Amino acid sequence: MARESSMKRKRAVSNFFSYLLLIIIVIIWLFPFFGIVLGSFRSYNPAVEYGGIVDYVIPKHFSLDNYRFCLGDETNYKRWYMNTVTIAFFVSLLQTIVVLCVSYALSRMRFNGRTLLMKFWLILGMFPGFLTMICLYFLLKQVGLTQAGAVPGLILVSVASSGMGYYICKGYFDTIPKALDEAARIDGASRARVFFTMTIPMSKPIIIYQALVAFMAPWNDYVFASYMAFGHDKSYNVAVSMYRWMNTGDYQGYFTRFCAGGVLIAIPVTLLFMFLQKYYVEGVTGGAVKG
Amino acid sequence: MSNTSVAKKNPVGSFFSAVGNVFKDIGVIFVQGDWRTKISYLIMGFGQIMRGQFLRGGMYLSIEVLFIWFMTSFGSKYFSKLGTLGTIETYKKNRKTVYGDHSFLILLFGLLALFFIIFLLFCWYKNIKDNQKEELILKSGKKLPGSKADFLSLFDSNFDKTLLALPVTGVFAFTVLPIVFMICVAFTNYDATHQAPTKLFTWVGFENFKNMFSFGTGGFGRTFGGVLLWTLVWALLATFIDYFLGIAVAILINKKGIKFKKFWRTCLVMTIAVPQFVSLLYVSKLFDSAGIINGTLMKWGIIDSAIPFWTDPLLAKVTIVVVNIWIGIPYLMLMATGLLMNIPADLYESASIDGATPWQMFRHITMPYMLFVTGPYLLTSYTGNLNNFNVIYLLTGGAPKSMSYTGGAGATDLLVTWLYKMTINDTDYKMAAVIGIMVFIVTAVISLSVYRMLPSVKDEEGFQ
Repeated sequence: MARESSMKRKRAVSNFFSYLLLIIIVIIWLFPFFGIVLGSFRSYNPAVEYGGIVDYVIPKHFSLDNYRFCLGDETNYKRWYMNTVTIAFFVSLLQTIVVLCVSYALSRMRFNGRTLLMKFWLILGMFPGFLTMICLYFLLKQVGLTQAGAVPGLILVSVASSGMGYYICKGYFDTIPKALDEAARIDGASRARVFFTMTIPMSKPIIIYQALVAFMAPWNDYVFASYMAFGHDKSYNVAVSMYRWMNTGDYQGYFTRFCAGGVLIAIPVTLLFMFLQKYYVEGVTGGAVKG
Repeated sequence: MSNTSVAKKNPVGSFFSAVGNVFKDIGVIFVQGDWRTKISYLIMGFGQIMRGQFLRGGMYLSIEVLFIWFMTSFGSKYFSKLGTLGTIETYKKNRKTVYGDHSFLILLFGLLALFFIIFLLFCWYKNIKDNQKEELILKSGKKLPGSKADFLSLFDSNFDKTLLALPVTGVFAFTVLPIVFMICVAFTNYDATHQAPTKLFTWVGFENFKNMFSFGTGGFGRTFGGVLLWTLVWALLATFIDYFLGIAVAILINKKGIKFKKFWRTCLVMTIAVPQFVSLLYVSKLFDSAGIINGTLMKWGIIDSAIPFWTDPLLAKVTIVVVNIWIGIPYLMLMATGLLMNIPADLYESASIDGATPWQMFRHITMPYMLFVTGPYLLTSYTGNLNNFNVIYLLTGGAPKSMSYTGGAGATDLLVTWLYKMTINDTDYKMAAVIGIMVFIVTAVISLSVYRMLPSVKDEEGFQ
C-alpha cells in the first residue's frame, strides 16, 4: 500500500513538472503571435503613440489606425494582398497537377530513361535554387513577364520546375497496390482512365497536402518575387513589400503597420492550415519515413 | 572499389560501345533500308508518312522544320559567336546608338541552340530507328498502327510521354538551361563592369575559381573558408538540436497522464501555420537593441546596456540557432508523434519489467528506432539547412558585417545568402556563379557520402 501511494505521488510530481514545462513552452511559442496581434492595435499616429519598435508589449491606447492604413488607399497593400492570393491560388492548382502527373508516370510506368531522369533531377536539385535567378529574369523579361507582368511570371517560374518535387507524392502512389491498376487494365481501362478514375480519387490526402504546401509557399517568397518585380510597386507580393516596411521603413515607425498587415495575412493562412492540419501531418510523417 | 566496378561493367567502356553501336546502326540501316528509309535520313518523318503514319511522321517533320526555322532566323547567329561571346561593343556615334553584340544573349541563345542541336540529333536517330522498325513489321506481314492508334496510345501505353512532356520541358527551360548558363558564367568575367550590351564579357577559364581560393589581398579564400565553415556548423546545429528537442517535446506531450494533448500540439503548430516572414521578422525585432527583450531586461535592472543580439558575431550566431529551435521543434514534434506511436508497446513493457529506467528506455529503444527510421529525413534536413535562406535572411540579412570578409559577406551569412547578396548588391555574377557551383559540390559530396552510411540504406531489414 505504502509503495503504491509513493508511486502515485511520484507520478503526480512528475506530471506537475511536465505541465509546468509545457506551459512554459507554450508561452514561449505563442508569445510572438500575441506580440504581433497586440502590436497591430498600437497607433502609429505620433500624437497618440509611437509606431516603431518599443520595449513594451501591451499598447497604451487601443487603436485601429494600422488596419485603416492597410485597408485604405494610402498604400498598395490590397493590391499586394491580391497579387499574393492570385499567385498562391494558381501555383497551388497547377503545381498539384504537375506533381500528380509526374508522380504517376514515375510510380506506375516503366519507360526507357526513367531512372536516368530521376537521378538527373536529384542532381539538379542540389544546385541552389536562385542560382538560376539572373537567367530566369532575363528570359522572362524577353516575353514581358517581369516588373508589370511579374505576377504571371512568378506563377510560371514556380510551376515550371515543380515536377522535380515529386518525392512525397510518388511515395504515396507507391503504397497503392499495383494489383488494382492491373485489374482495371485487364478489364480494358486505359492508363489515363486508371489515373483519372482510380488513382486520383484514392489520393485525396496527398493531393490536399500538395495543394496546401504549394499554397503556403508563395506567402514566404521573397527572393524571386523581389527580383522579378524589381522597382515595380504594384507587382510586389506581401513578403517583399512588408519586408521593406520592416527594414527600410522602420525608422518612420512602420512596425505596427507591419504587425497589422501580418495579422491580416496570418489569419486566413493559419485558419486554412489548421483546418487541413491532419493532411499536413500525414504528408510530413510519410515523407520523413520514405526520405 | 574500382576493381569491382571494372569486373561488373566498366561505365566508360560501356558508354563508348553504346556510341559505337549507334554509329553502326546508322550505317547498317542506311545500307539495308528501302528508299523511303533512305530519304528519311534527309527529310525526317518521310518514311513514316509514306507508310501511312501521318501523326508520327508529321511530328518528326515539324521538329525538323522548327529546327531549321530556329537556326536560320537567329540560332546560328548566336551559336557561331559562342566561342568569343561577341566582339563588337555597342557604342554611340553622333548621338546614334550603334548596336553591337550582346554577350548575355549570345551565351543564352547559343546554349539553347546547342541543346536544340543535341535534341535534333536524338530525334533524327529515333526517326531512323523508327523507320527500321516499321520496315521489319511490314516485312513480317503485320499491319502498322494507324494515326488513330498512335494517338490513343498516348493515353495508354505511352501515357508516360503525355504526362511528362510538359513537366520535363518546364524543368529544362526553367532549371536546366539557367543552371548550365550559370555554370558557363562561372568561367567568364561577367560582373558589374562587364554589363552587356555596352561592355561585353568573355571566357576567362578558371580565373574565378583561382580567385575564390586565393588568400592574398582581394582574394575570396578567407571569406569562402569562413562562410563555408559557418554554413556546415549551422546546418549541423540546426538539424540535430531541433531533432532531439523535437523528439523530447513529442515524448513529453505523449506522456501518460498528460491531458489536452491536442491543445499542446496545436499551440506549437501555430509556428508552421503563420507565414514565416511575418513571424521571423517580428522575432528579429524582439531581439533588437530597442526591442522588447532588451527593453524589459533593462527595465528590470538586470542589464545596463542592450545585449548585442544581432551585432556581435558570435552572439548573432547563437541567437539564430536558438530562434531556429523555435521554428524547427513543431515540425519535428509532428513527425515524431506519428513515428513514436509505431514503436511496439511491448518493447517498453518488457524493458520496464526488467527494471529499465525511462532514460535507458529512451536511449536503447526510442532513439535507435527513431534514428533508423528518420535517417534519410536527417540527411535531407541537413542539406536543406545548408541552403536555409529564409531564416538567415529574415533574421539578420547576414549581418553583422565582418571586416575580415571580402565580397560583402557578413558573419552569419550562409553560402546561399552570400550568393544572393553577390547577385543583388554587387552584381558580381561570375563570383555568384562560382559560389553556386561550390554549394552544389558541398551538397552533393555530403549527400552521397552520408547516404551510403545510413543504417536504413545499409541494412534495410534492420527494424522490420
